[in-house]
Amino acid sequence: MIATAAPGWFLEHAYVIPLIPAVAFALIIAFGKRIPDTRIGRYTIPGGGSLIGVASMLGSLFFAAGAALQWIQYTDGENYVAAVRKSWVWWQSGGIEIGLGQQIDGLSVMVLLLVAFISTLVQIYSLEYLKGDRRYTHFFASLTLFSAGMLVMVLAENMVQLILGWEIMGLCSFMLIGHWWEEKANSRASLKAFFTVRTGDIGLLVGTAIVGLSAQKWITANGLQDQYSGFSIEGISRWALAGDSQYKSVLTWGAVALFIACIGKSGQFPLHTWLPDAMAGPTPVSSLLHSSTMVVAGVFLVARLYPVFFEGLRILDTNVNLIAVIGGITIIVAALLAFVQTDIKKVLAYSTVSQLGYMMMGLGVGAWTPAVFHIWTHAFFKCCLFLCAGSVAHSGSHHSFDMKKDMGGLWRKMPVTFVTWTISSMALAGVPFFAGWYSKDEIIDIAGGNQYWVFFAIGLAGAFLTTAYMTRATYLTFFGKARGAAAGIHDENHSDAHAPAPSAHGAADAHDAHDAHDAHDSHAGPHESPWLIKGPLVILATLAIIAGLINAPAFKIFKFEEWVEPKAMPVSLTGETIHEGSARNISVGAFGLRTSSEGESERKPVAAEGDGHSPTEGESGAEEHSAGYPGSAIEEGHLTGDCGTPGFVPAAGTTCYAPGVIHHEFEWVKALPAFLLVVLGFIISSAVCVTLYGKKRRPLAGLTERNIIARGLYKFLWNRYYLDALYEGVIVRGIAHPLARAMYWLNQNVFDGIVNGAGRSGRKVGEITYKYVDQGLVDGVVNGSGAAARGTGTALRPTQSGKVSQYGALLFAAAALAALILVLVNS
Amino acid sequence: MLLNQFLLLGAILFAIGVYGVVARRNAVLVLMSIELILNSVNINLLAFALRNGGDPTGHTFALYVIAVAAAEVGVGLALVLLVYRNRRSIALDELSEMKG
Repeated sequence: MIATAAPGWFLEHAYVIPLIPAVAFALIIAFGKRIPDTRIGRYTIPGGGSLIGVASMLGSLFFAAGAALQWIQYTDGENYVAAVRKSWVWWQSGGIEIGLGQQIDGLSVMVLLLVAFISTLVQIYSLEYLKGDRRYTHFFASLTLFSAGMLVMVLAENMVQLILGWEIMGLCSFMLIGHWWEEKANSRASLKAFFTVRTGDIGLLVGTAIVGLSAQKWITANGLQDQYSGFSIEGISRWALAGDSQYKSVLTWGAVALFIACIGKSGQFPLHTWLPDAMAGPTPVSSLLHSSTMVVAGVFLVARLYPVFFEGLRILDTNVNLIAVIGGITIIVAALLAFVQTDIKKVLAYSTVSQLGYMMMGLGVGAWTPAVFHIWTHAFFKCCLFLCAGSVAHSGSHHSFDMKKDMGGLWRKMPVTFVTWTISSMALAGVPFFAGWYSKDEIIDIAGGNQYWVFFAIGLAGAFLTTAYMTRATYLTFFGKARGAAAGIHDENHSDAHAPAPSAHGAADAHDAHDAHDAHDSHAGPHESPWLIKGPLVILATLAIIAGLINAPAFKIFKFEEWVEPKAMPVSLTGETIHEGSARNISVGAFGLRTSSEGESERKPVAAEGDGHSPTEGESGAEEHSAGYPGSAIEEGHLTGDCGTPGFVPAAGTTCYAPGVIHHEFEWVKALPAFLLVVLGFIISSAVCVTLYGKKRRPLAGLTERNIIARGLYKFLWNRYYLDALYEGVIVRGIAHPLARAMYWLNQNVFDGIVNGAGRSGRKVGEITYKYVDQGLVDGVVNGSGAAARGTGTALRPTQSGKVSQYGALLFAAAALAALILVLVNS
Repeated sequence: MLLNQFLLLGAILFAIGVYGVVARRNAVLVLMSIELILNSVNINLLAFALRNGGDPTGHTFALYVIAVAAAEVGVGLALVLLVYRNRRSIALDELSEMKG
């Protein structure tokens, strides 16, 4: 069935979405500093080019919203709809054309809308938050370019364009994290972020080369080079799903290399250390970085090239795979770290890492749609949480982010911030009917349904931990006794106040803004923030409640699935669906055998005639090869298409663009364990918090000093599993001192012993040799050659003037002479 | 195909570069002249590559030359910097300690 509606203007011209902020960036850089603040009545219109940034993001948002609406009209939720592709040749080399263009499908439309929306709110928030900053213009320029980079990446038509956007983001994150680079800690943090991500980026380049060149080879072999370049997203997807056995190992290595890039960018387990340090940047930056851009890029890449990972790492086909393992480890590791942080932004940073782990794990267990949906919901509440933290620091705790020193008891003083924070925390924790619940719960559900029991358990444990650490952060910030700045105590010596030992980054937020700020609040103590800050908070908190409703299995709403999930049916090369109803019910049989049955009656396959492809053939093939599917318990599921199932090879003339996703029926009973764990986490954590930080009796206070196990655990977490120490102390400082000392000892005692021993015996031999061989025979020869060398040296000495220019002249003269000879000989 | 023009441009650049290397005292200028020479070679490589119907070998070589040139300038500038630190001058004709 051909999609009847034309894509529509906004979809055809989606490339303007990143173009607007890119142009705005140039404008801000060129003219920003010359625009002064203007005063109209009571209001001050901020200058410095910041409004250009806000306006450009609003423009992008408008176009992205238009594109989203048209996409909703364009898809029908049932059949495959071809992505709206456009490409202009950028450069070509060796027969491979690299284009700049757009690839607009459900995924990119969703992320485009998200990025434009969050960026707009963050920029509005920054108008107030960074007022009076010393690099105000520079900040807005970088922020705008940053959004542009993400947008370029999201609608990239091919891998090279994707890398372009990816790297723009890397650069801008470096500039923004190090925005207050005068502080040594901040510039170190930005360098760390940059280099850690770069480490992963090696994987991106290698992976792109592997995947792109192989896809190009396959495409040329199949005579498709007029339709796709090997580096285009669609070309790679088709190649990966074609099931060509000769590319099996290439796919695996390509997927691993690309995933290393995602580990770096999305702060997954071994390379997550840069993310908490990135808190050194201004709070709006953290908010943007951690909600919809930058760290999501890695998850987006996996979702984008899902066929490569699906086939390369054999997701669903094996009991365990790299993506799920890394995601699972990240969930737990990061959530545990969040417990020992005193810096409110660092709690949120680790929570982001942990949530990214959820997304990765979701992708790893075949839960494509919920994982992508989690990007969507997570962006709203995480952005809101960061902005709340910023609001607290801005108006409540006098630019400090230290929960233990400068916060507490703020809920009465800052009601709006408190309420929005609480709502977002509940969404993050996955309390039912908040946005985060719908996405997170389905990830956990599919992990269980697809027989990944370990990851199912990790998901549940993560939900428990998330609730617990968010309860702790909420308690420390908003309840209990007001401490430090929150109690109105200002340490006049700011340089001291802003340097608490390991969490110094970020504490120095808004040094400059500070002075301007003091003028109007004159140390008035904690109070609520102005509307430019409250507005975005309220909008985001509202979305933290309702954004999940577009895909609520609990209420049989599957809009997101309809709009965003690529339809995994074989289609003809022109994008027509070959036969309807390849979606079917499957069940995992008793011995790990996955058997399939036909779908509901209205989805009955209609055999396509005349093209030699019968759907039953494909399905029986899938059945035969599905013995390797994991698990043993019987679980019903709904597979959205044959593509990607083991052994399924699209027939001649047809193709696949995405692997199928298995959806499992929602049941309230299945959602119960997660909910109970959330409640349990809340109760335990509140109890512990009250006993630890409460007003009166504190039986648990000082536990880490008294109990050796608790102390050891605390130290282990406080030092972040010693990973930073490992990277900086061991790897960065060149396999440092202990090894060097060991080598020195080895050198002194072992090697020297051997050498000395050899030396002593050698000397004996030497003395004998000296007397007879050397003096008599050798010296004669040596002296003779010495004399000869001296003679030559004296003769050649004048040419060695030590003057470089003279040497150069001789060199060129000799070259010219050689050339002359060459010409003469050849002619 | 306007091969001659490319070659002429290359030759002119080369000659300027040689002049710079031989006649200049300032070490940085000498490094820049070397850069000119390398680029004139690049032009020749690309010109011939184009004449052979866009043969990628020439492009590849040019890319290699660029990469090597970058490394060379890095080392060269480091040398110049060290010389400057030690002697407060980068005039090449004063640097003749190496004379035999």
